[in-house]
Amino acid sequence: MAEMNMVEAVRHVLDQEMGRDKDVILYGEDIGKNGGVFRTTDGLQKKYGEKRVIDSPLAEVGIIGTAIGMAAYGLKPVVEIQFSGFAYAGLENLISHAARIRNRTRGMFTCPMVMRTPYGGGIRALEHHSESVESLYIHIPGLKVVIPSTPYEAKGLLASAIRDPDPVIFLEPKRVYRSIKEEVPSKSYTIPLGKCRIVQHGSDITVITWGAMLKYTMEALAKMDISAEVIDVRTLSPFDEKTVIDSVKKTGRAVIVQEAVKTLGFASEIIARINEKALLSLEAPVKRITAPDIIFPLFKLENEYLPGEEDIIKGIKEVLEF
Amino acid sequence: MDEKGEVDGKLMPKFSSKQIKDFYESMYILRAFDKKAVSLQRQGRLGTYPQITGMEATQVGTALALQKADWMFPSFRESGAMIARGIPMSKILLYWGGDERGSQFAKDQFTFPISIPVGSQTTHAVGTAWGMKIKGHKKASLVYFGDGATSRGDFHEAMNFASVMKAPCVFICNNNQFAISTRPDKETASETFAQKAIAYGMEGVKVDGNDVFGVYKATQDALKKAYSGKGPTLIECYTYRMLDHTTSDDASRYRSKKEVDEWAKKDPIDRLRKYMEKKKLWTKDYEGKLYNKVQKMIEKEVEKMENITPPDVKDIFKYTYAEMDDELKEQMSKYG
Repeated sequence: MAEMNMVEAVRHVLDQEMGRDKDVILYGEDIGKNGGVFRTTDGLQKKYGEKRVIDSPLAEVGIIGTAIGMAAYGLKPVVEIQFSGFAYAGLENLISHAARIRNRTRGMFTCPMVMRTPYGGGIRALEHHSESVESLYIHIPGLKVVIPSTPYEAKGLLASAIRDPDPVIFLEPKRVYRSIKEEVPSKSYTIPLGKCRIVQHGSDITVITWGAMLKYTMEALAKMDISAEVIDVRTLSPFDEKTVIDSVKKTGRAVIVQEAVKTLGFASEIIARINEKALLSLEAPVKRITAPDIIFPLFKLENEYLPGEEDIIKGIKEVLEF
Repeated sequence: MDEKGEVDGKLMPKFSSKQIKDFYESMYILRAFDKKAVSLQRQGRLGTYPQITGMEATQVGTALALQKADWMFPSFRESGAMIARGIPMSKILLYWGGDERGSQFAKDQFTFPISIPVGSQTTHAVGTAWGMKIKGHKKASLVYFGDGATSRGDFHEAMNFASVMKAPCVFICNNNQFAISTRPDKETASETFAQKAIAYGMEGVKVDGNDVFGVYKATQDALKKAYSGKGPTLIECYTYRMLDHTTSDDASRYRSKKEVDEWAKKDPIDRLRKYMEKKKLWTKDYEGKLYNKVQKMIEKEVEKMENITPPDVKDIFKYTYAEMDDELKEQMSKYG
């Protein structure tokens, strides 16, 4: 057991999984000698050699495309895209191939790869470094989408992603890479994909969130004297609808906190599922607290753009007082 | 080997009579298969189908040079290379008949499914080759793409990756003079496609894609190089697409009959027949027997394709992920 931040937890689980399975191969831009721009792979090349921890050319199509061929060959590529905003060139390979190889060949070939990438805003970064575009991936059948919220979660979920037989998009909320520290067991463990986590039980309202927004949601709730049931979605695809529906049926009220823009964010899907399965339990309309439908600004206005504590408190109050 | 079936003795590899007959028969099968597939499409028994006539030497010469354990990455125009490699014709027809089971090849055939987005398969082939290298396996991957694909970023990233990683990958550029209607001079300002290799620190070779001996030799050399750890090679096979781009295309809109007739004189099968005749490996009797054998073989494969049980709609659900979640199970239940 040791106290770790998320960067350390990611590095620690990559190390453990490489030790556990010699077919796990890491590559991406600057991940070897430099240890990655956020240091999530620091020291791993030294430990496992240049054959397994590889500085790749600066080429996102190539990184994702080669991972498909390597995974089909029986290895376990865990590739890093330096920032999620640079993954778009590689989307064709994810959408048209990684997600479809199993179906296209009726199971003869599979694509057990992981694409890890830091995502989301809040670190005063450059343009294209701050967006939350998880919906792009969730919309593609065949891909799994995982977003950890804490160091403990990151370790268990990434271990599962690496061992998963299908392609997994693992989005690391870089805003909380170093701002949350918690005890992380040194023993290997996994957290199953496709299961939400009830962070705390409560009876007044269900608050659903994921990634960095969990931290800010908890901080907001600490300032409110209410009994909120908080759900960390963890795996956005496949989505554990049952945990959410059961909770909403119990509390009768729900708020979703999402860093991404409003339209067609994952909150939209959660609301649709609540409408389908728990509408008659609702005491108030479901509210989503999101970023507006505008381009992510450069960092002077970043804090205005991101949903913050005040927005969360206001939104929850509105639903409670409806 | 030139159009008259004459070979340059100094360059000619040693082939057994059996090998030469294999080349001929493989190409012969592909020409007959192509004809049959187009006719099936015209009768509504197949969907859109991309023809291969004129490119048989490129497809056969490359496919037969592969070892069994090597991996093949076809573009959508390599039905012929796949058949030459041993993929059943019934599977190929099944695929073009709109059925995913047509890409469910046996595991030990090491042939990737057809990739429709042009050139996107190049990076996959490099990944597999790189994997072979990491695992220390003395094998190679071979990837096909057309002249048009070399304009795409995928091709360039794949070439660069392969060279940097010294991946055992053979790139086959099927330069058939057309990306649907667009000519090579509208795709590139390079004099040849082969020379693109130079920029990546890779060897580039240009061969007459209608000369099965030349194609086979170039591929075999590239494969040997790959097995021995010396990295990738780009081979441009200079050939001609004699028919339309697909059964949905009308090539008369963008090329003349005269041009096609000129290329017909360079036909890959005719020239091998001329060579074999001189070597007394071909007779009318042999051809007659071959014709009957191939027709029967193709009919049997068509029958096999058409008699397969209809696909189960549930398969679409079953193969999206290794396991279905509750939501997918619920969605599937609506299909009975």
